[in-house]
Amino acid sequence: MGQPSRLPDRHRFESRDPGLTLASKEIIEEFSFLEGNTKLELLLEFSEALPELDSRFGDNPELLERVEECQSPVFIAVEGNAENVALFFSAPREAPTTRGFASILNTALNQHSAQEILDISDDFPSMLGLDALISPLRVRGMRGMLARIKRKTAELIDQK
Amino acid sequence: MDQQAKIAQYSNPEVLVTTNWLKENISNVIAVESNEDILLYDTGHIPGAVKLDWHTELNHPLRRDYLEGPAFAALMDAKGIGRDDTVVLYGDRSNWWATYAFWVFKLFGHEKVLLLDGGRAKWISDGGELTTDKPSVTSSAYPIVERNDNDIRAFRDEVQSHIGQPLVDVRSPEEYSGERLHMPDFPNEGATRGGHIPTAASIPWSKAVQEDETFRPLSELEELYFSNTGFDRDSDFIAYCRIGERSSHSWFVLKYLLGVKNVRNYDGSWTEWGNLVGSPIATGSSPGTLV
Repeated sequence: MGQPSRLPDRHRFESRDPGLTLASKEIIEEFSFLEGNTKLELLLEFSEALPELDSRFGDNPELLERVEECQSPVFIAVEGNAENVALFFSAPREAPTTRGFASILNTALNQHSAQEILDISDDFPSMLGLDALISPLRVRGMRGMLARIKRKTAELIDQK
Repeated sequence: MDQQAKIAQYSNPEVLVTTNWLKENISNVIAVESNEDILLYDTGHIPGAVKLDWHTELNHPLRRDYLEGPAFAALMDAKGIGRDDTVVLYGDRSNWWATYAFWVFKLFGHEKVLLLDGGRAKWISDGGELTTDKPSVTSSAYPIVERNDNDIRAFRDEVQSHIGQPLVDVRSPEEYSGERLHMPDFPNEGATRGGHIPTAASIPWSKAVQEDETFRPLSELEELYFSNTGFDRDSDFIAYCRIGERSSHSWFVLKYLLGVKNVRNYDGSWTEWGNLVGSPIATGSSPGTLV
């Protein structure tokens, strides 16, 4: 592409505000600066930035859980401990919108504490201002992905 | 069976084209990509193809309805499509949204509309080229044409009086039975009641396509839509789904591949019927009767 990335710096976040992590606030701000189709370009940039799935999951697909709420197949895994939760996503290249959502959640929540993940507002997906550009059903798919991450994070700390 | 021989068996073989045909004729037609995933076009598309966004471009901005004549003409101008141009539609998910766009083009009586058999996936598996270059388009002063809702679109009152006649529910078996209304973790999928319109046959839309996303051969489609239901080519069909997108796909199969003379798409579909005060509903896996 050659252009400077508009993706927020993933390493700057250190937030204790309940409701939103610093990274998620930055993502909301990034989207709010853009109008119409340029919001979709940013979503596409996110989709291209979704990290490749760790190869060990390829041999152990049962470690990933399918998010049924999404129209396209997306799988997630949640690992780590209360202080530091690692998120893993897998979504097909033919589903860039779903990949974009996964990448946004990854940027906003990966390597945060379990409490920060549990505290993030359920309305975060709607704060990106994408409803008018993407069908509401899809934005709800992202809410489903977030709900699944929270549930698995709660299960993770309950087990420890 | 060879794809071309398969297409030749359909009632209207001239509306369905293959990857090879499109490669040879690309400079004489306007390829239009319409996807379920609205970012997909931007990741790469057929060279020269324009994008049509089903969500933001085909609907009326305020009412639950489709564009009106002036807005459709402006849309065609923005895409560089003239009234006499041959449009070739294709898209992801077995042409689900491409057939929806096809149906909207036909509401405006655009004559030359073709569909790429197998859509985007088949183009790619056939080794077709993709590009991220956006084509430059030239407006061709598309005339303002009044939308014609009479022939291929059904409204709720027409559906009500059609109960007992060929009615096809193309949603998943779980949506048909009423078992699934909303998905886990979701407050609502858009309707307050689950089930189907009484007497409607359940023929999920995706049964009409094969693994490679091309349409099934004629004999298999006849079995699916006629032998299994007792309906035939002379029947007056209405198809519906959740918002009329999946049923556009079945509408295309019934009208162009099977040659059913009268077939309408009920775009209000379950998000209207399942919310309509007093509308009769059947649940379970049987069509049910009108009580």
